[in-house]
Amino acid sequence: MAAISREEVAHLARLSRLAVTDQELDRLAGQLDVILQSVARVGEVAADDIPPTSHSVPLVNVLREDVVVPGLTRAEALSGAPDTAEDRFRVPQILADEE
Amino acid sequence: MSTNVLPTYDDVVSRYEPVIGLETHVELGTVTKMFCGCPTDFGAEPNTQVCPVCLGLPGSLPVANRAAIEATIRIGLALNCSIATWCRFARKNYFYPDMPKNYQISQYDEPLCVDGYLDVEVDGELVRIGIERVHLEEDTGKTLHVGGATGRIHGATESLVDYNRAGIPLVEIVTKPVPGLGARAPEIAKAYVAELRDVIRTLGVSDVRMEQGSMRCDVNTSLNLPGAEWGTRTETKNVNSLRSVERSVRTEMLRQAMVLDGGGTITQETRHFHEDTGDTTSGRSKETATDYRYFPEPDLVPLAPEPVWVEQLKAALPELPRQHRARLKTEWNLSDLDMQSILNAGAVELIERTVAAGASPEAARKWWLGELSRRANADGVELEAVGATPEQVAKLQVLVASGKLTDKLARQVLEGVLAGEGDPEQIMAARGLEVVSDTGALTAAIDEAIAANPEVAEKIRGGNQAAAGVLIGAVMKTTKGQADAKTVRELVLARLAS
Repeated sequence: MAAISREEVAHLARLSRLAVTDQELDRLAGQLDVILQSVARVGEVAADDIPPTSHSVPLVNVLREDVVVPGLTRAEALSGAPDTAEDRFRVPQILADEE
Repeated sequence: MSTNVLPTYDDVVSRYEPVIGLETHVELGTVTKMFCGCPTDFGAEPNTQVCPVCLGLPGSLPVANRAAIEATIRIGLALNCSIATWCRFARKNYFYPDMPKNYQISQYDEPLCVDGYLDVEVDGELVRIGIERVHLEEDTGKTLHVGGATGRIHGATESLVDYNRAGIPLVEIVTKPVPGLGARAPEIAKAYVAELRDVIRTLGVSDVRMEQGSMRCDVNTSLNLPGAEWGTRTETKNVNSLRSVERSVRTEMLRQAMVLDGGGTITQETRHFHEDTGDTTSGRSKETATDYRYFPEPDLVPLAPEPVWVEQLKAALPELPRQHRARLKTEWNLSDLDMQSILNAGAVELIERTVAAGASPEAARKWWLGELSRRANADGVELEAVGATPEQVAKLQVLVASGKLTDKLARQVLEGVLAGEGDPEQIMAARGLEVVSDTGALTAAIDEAIAANPEVAEKIRGGNQAAAGVLIGAVMKTTKGQADAKTVRELVLARLAS
């Protein structure tokens, strides 16, 4: 059985605001399925005595003090933006009319 | 659907039972952001408080702010929560430009604080509101929608984003669902938010200013028939004042009752509250929790607050508002009713500061609940915005206590304070309102009154002290009311006593 359906891939594309064609959906669904099935094999070898691990290093409480560290100037911050206006990042329409 | 008539509130609460729940976001007052060292000053020029971390640039890594963790634990402790011994941050994935990373770092199934409560006093009765969780996340950037008719996202052709706010630590406090409040649900919702605000202000971890957005509320409301299962809830966003919290619950109760009465069903959705009309309108259909694809944040190691640290924080909690109010009630020697009227007037802190500035509790209470409350009501403003400071009221009272002003003159000086003419001493001098205490001037005025009313003077000499009123009146007239009537009386009687 497929680990991810074509519908789920279409849904993910919508959540990511990606316009994916039907052909792309077919191809991506297949590729994502292979990836997920490969990853799922890790679960097969994990025995009951191995707790789920989210971090590879056995550390906790890595914290910083509440002290200002100089960041970027506005010019630096905006320098990588595709478009700017009024000292802000300019982005295309967020909600299409039907939403 | 049959009729679409909005029922009355009394009718709604006689037939339906509301269940409410509140999610409150509080921006912490840390010097720097949650995961980077950028400053958090309010009102800075756009995109001047940003760095690779809060802009989500490749290769940057977040590190959690110790002060924000501490503040969140303190909030949890003040709300009687258990503090997690181990928990993780989570990624909440969504594609929206208010977060440049395409995700927000939040907490999901492992919040820092869980299972507490806040006792809220409403009309002298204690209502316990369960706290489900208190978790820590980062605030989003501010988007400015351009091209739409009203600056709203709908109809906008593009948006402009300022990331100064992105990454500021944000605490979310979620109540358990609260059933059984009946008609008082809106009022209790408001009282809860007010109490929560006071608690957080007392902790000193945020300025909790709803009008500046450092405290924001989402209000969940549902209705069910008595004995039936809870109804479908809606979540009202944009609720940015205490008054709006109350109004939004009430409005939603009425709207839902109308829909249910018409045979319709409630859609689980986000609704927007409109401050101007008090209405709510349907908002963007909400992505479900699975759509957010939460997973443990790989860039941040888990948090494991040392129990010793938590105990230290608990021991160092300040006196919380409810205990504080109980102590003031004792110190000020007030009845339940007196204390309640102070609370209802929102005058506790004002009176406290007035007392601290040198007035007696009785006098402070008299000014704030009397003259100043009347004025605030007449002007339609909150008591603290009436135009007089506690320090000014205390100075005024000191002038009364020292005999330089009578109550009547003090009210005239207060008029001046409210008109922005300055401090009480200045106004007293500028308006020439000081009590005439110069005995020479008073004696002259008394002699004049005696000369003008020889027959009255004769009566007094004959032992009829009640007749002194005429002479006192004459003296008060001469001194334009600026003499102390009691002093005048004594002087008149002394003068005619021989």
